[in-house]
Amino acid sequence: MNETTTLARPGTGRTRSSVKDRLWSPQMLLLGVLVLLCAVFTAADSESFANAMNWRNILLDVSVLTVLAVGATLILAMADFDLSIGSVLVLSGVVSALTMSALGDSAGSLLLGLVVGVLTGAACGAASGIVVARFGVPSIIVTLGMLGVAQGIALLLTNGVDVRNVPRSLVMGLGNGNAFSNIPWLAVIAAVIAIVIGMMLRHTVFGRNTIAIGSSLEALRRSGTSVVAQKIAVFALAGALYGLAGYLSLARFSTTTIAGHGSDMLDAYTAVILGGNSPFGGMGSVLGSVIGVFIPVVLRNGFVIVDVQPFWQQIVVGTILVAAVYLHRARRRG
Amino acid sequence: MTAAVDRMSEYLIETRDLAVSFGHVHALRGVNLRLRPGRITALVGDNGAGKSTLVKVLSGVQRPTSGSILLEGREHSFTKPADAHAAGIEVVYQDLAVAPDMSSVENLFLGRYLRKPGLLGRLGVIDRKRMRHEAQAAFDALGMTVQDIDKPVIGLSGGQRQGVAVCRASIWASRLVIFDEPTAALGVVQTEKVVALIRGIRARGIAVLVISHDLPQVLEIADDIVVLRQGRDAAELDPASSSVRELVDYMTGAKEGGRAA
Ligand SMILES: Nc1ncnc2c1ncn2[C@@H]1O[C@H](COP(=O)(O)OP(=O)(O)OP(=O)(O)O)[C@@H](O)[C@H]1O
Ligand SMILES: [Mg+2]
Repeated sequence: MNETTTLARPGTGRTRSSVKDRLWSPQMLLLGVLVLLCAVFTAADSESFANAMNWRNILLDVSVLTVLAVGATLILAMADFDLSIGSVLVLSGVVSALTMSALGDSAGSLLLGLVVGVLTGAACGAASGIVVARFGVPSIIVTLGMLGVAQGIALLLTNGVDVRNVPRSLVMGLGNGNAFSNIPWLAVIAAVIAIVIGMMLRHTVFGRNTIAIGSSLEALRRSGTSVVAQKIAVFALAGALYGLAGYLSLARFSTTTIAGHGSDMLDAYTAVILGGNSPFGGMGSVLGSVIGVFIPVVLRNGFVIVDVQPFWQQIVVGTILVAAVYLHRARRRG
Repeated sequence: MTAAVDRMSEYLIETRDLAVSFGHVHALRGVNLRLRPGRITALVGDNGAGKSTLVKVLSGVQRPTSGSILLEGREHSFTKPADAHAAGIEVVYQDLAVAPDMSSVENLFLGRYLRKPGLLGRLGVIDRKRMRHEAQAAFDALGMTVQDIDKPVIGLSGGQRQGVAVCRASIWASRLVIFDEPTAALGVVQTEKVVALIRGIRARGIAVLVISHDLPQVLEIADDIVVLRQGRDAAELDPASSSVRELVDYMTGAKEGGRAA
């Protein structure tokens, strides 16, 4: 037998992704679309769209949605879906708001509100994860069930009436305050979450296993890794992020906004998939998701400003989502 | 049988009266398999003979109902895949062997990533540089060329992907690599290349067990042939003095009880 076995195909001599490759990444394309979108809205009404106050509003919307989209990125990396995003956010917000309104306005109350909010989300996520990973029920069904359960519990706890007495210091500080210059605290928190989770996905065993599950669950299982434990942990982590988003949403709106999160899931998944993440799992670009988040937010904001009915935003975003998934399919089939 | 005690160390892995039942289905009814270092043993048998079940037992996926597995003469229990890994046993499967979206480097270390030293490592931070280095060394050692070991393996041909799976087995196995129909999905040229990789592993003194339905190929690459029939080792043959006809006769039961090796 010959000494060297060359499994190389001829004609593909490239070894490193070239500059051209990098510039044509889906993320760069998306950034281009975003700039174009902003240019259009600026041209339509530069006074209302391109001012500091409006930019700050966009940033605030982006912040809460970013935390959700990061969670959705984790779930989609495993080739799973989570339809319970919005209602877990609402339930976490409700539990957190009830806790804080019972304790009054103090640092301890604010901290405890954060903890119970995040834990509520994590518990919902873990519950879904256990049913998905241990009992093998498809995640789309399990989380559809969780959507109903979390929403129902939230309504039970509040009798369907929004909790409005969120501590003032939370709203004035975290919700409306700036960390520096014109950059709100919410944006800083969202950025930190995105960076930490993004690094985790790229550089840690936990992150790589998350992506490996989506790429080939069987290959990872055969390597001796407990895919069940890994899946449950990722669902719980994503749930914790929805819980945090619920807390941030309280700070922002000073109420639980029980009925106001119907389109969160649509916006989050559109962001994640526009960001270049495969709807079939095995990827995990948090950076892409963060850029992607701006698309639904800027669209909604811009439509209001140029006097288009904001309902159009959902129509446009829904269409974009389906088109993006189709393009992924086409690309996968080569 | 009298010389069994003296010959013990000659075998890396040995199974004794290994049996597996699924309720009333007796997949294995007493298999005695002996694998020596630096030799390719082929396992042949008709559909349902119990080949895949035997692989599952040896890789810790399936617990035997009775019987024992000996590692270098000492009894060893395999209850989970990690036990087989710890014993230096690796399996290359026909399908689903690699994670397509991950790079060749990451596939070699799938689920067993190398970590950075110190605190970062304990936090779970992986050491890409070291993995890359060791991956390149492993590919070089087996004489395999991959253009870009950092690119997702989805861009590779089926044969190259199987090559990555073979390399993974070779870096983790210290005793035995099992191939469950490794070339069943491959064309002629790609098959040749994977066979060369298998020989490369044998050259490192590791025991190799190959399951294949391709009998001419078995006769060509194996050092020993074991025929499995209805959950028992029906015959042990020397490929040099055997033929496809003879293998088929033992597989179907037309011939019985061959001990040529
Ligand atoms: N999990 C199981 N439950 C019940 N019966 C099983 C199970 N796994 C295998 N069997 C049975 O055990 C017998 C041996 O199966 P096995 O898959 O080991 O055969 P094989 O030699 O690998 O066949 P093939 O060449 O078709 O791959 C078959 O009769 C099969 O139906
Ligand atoms: Mg089989």
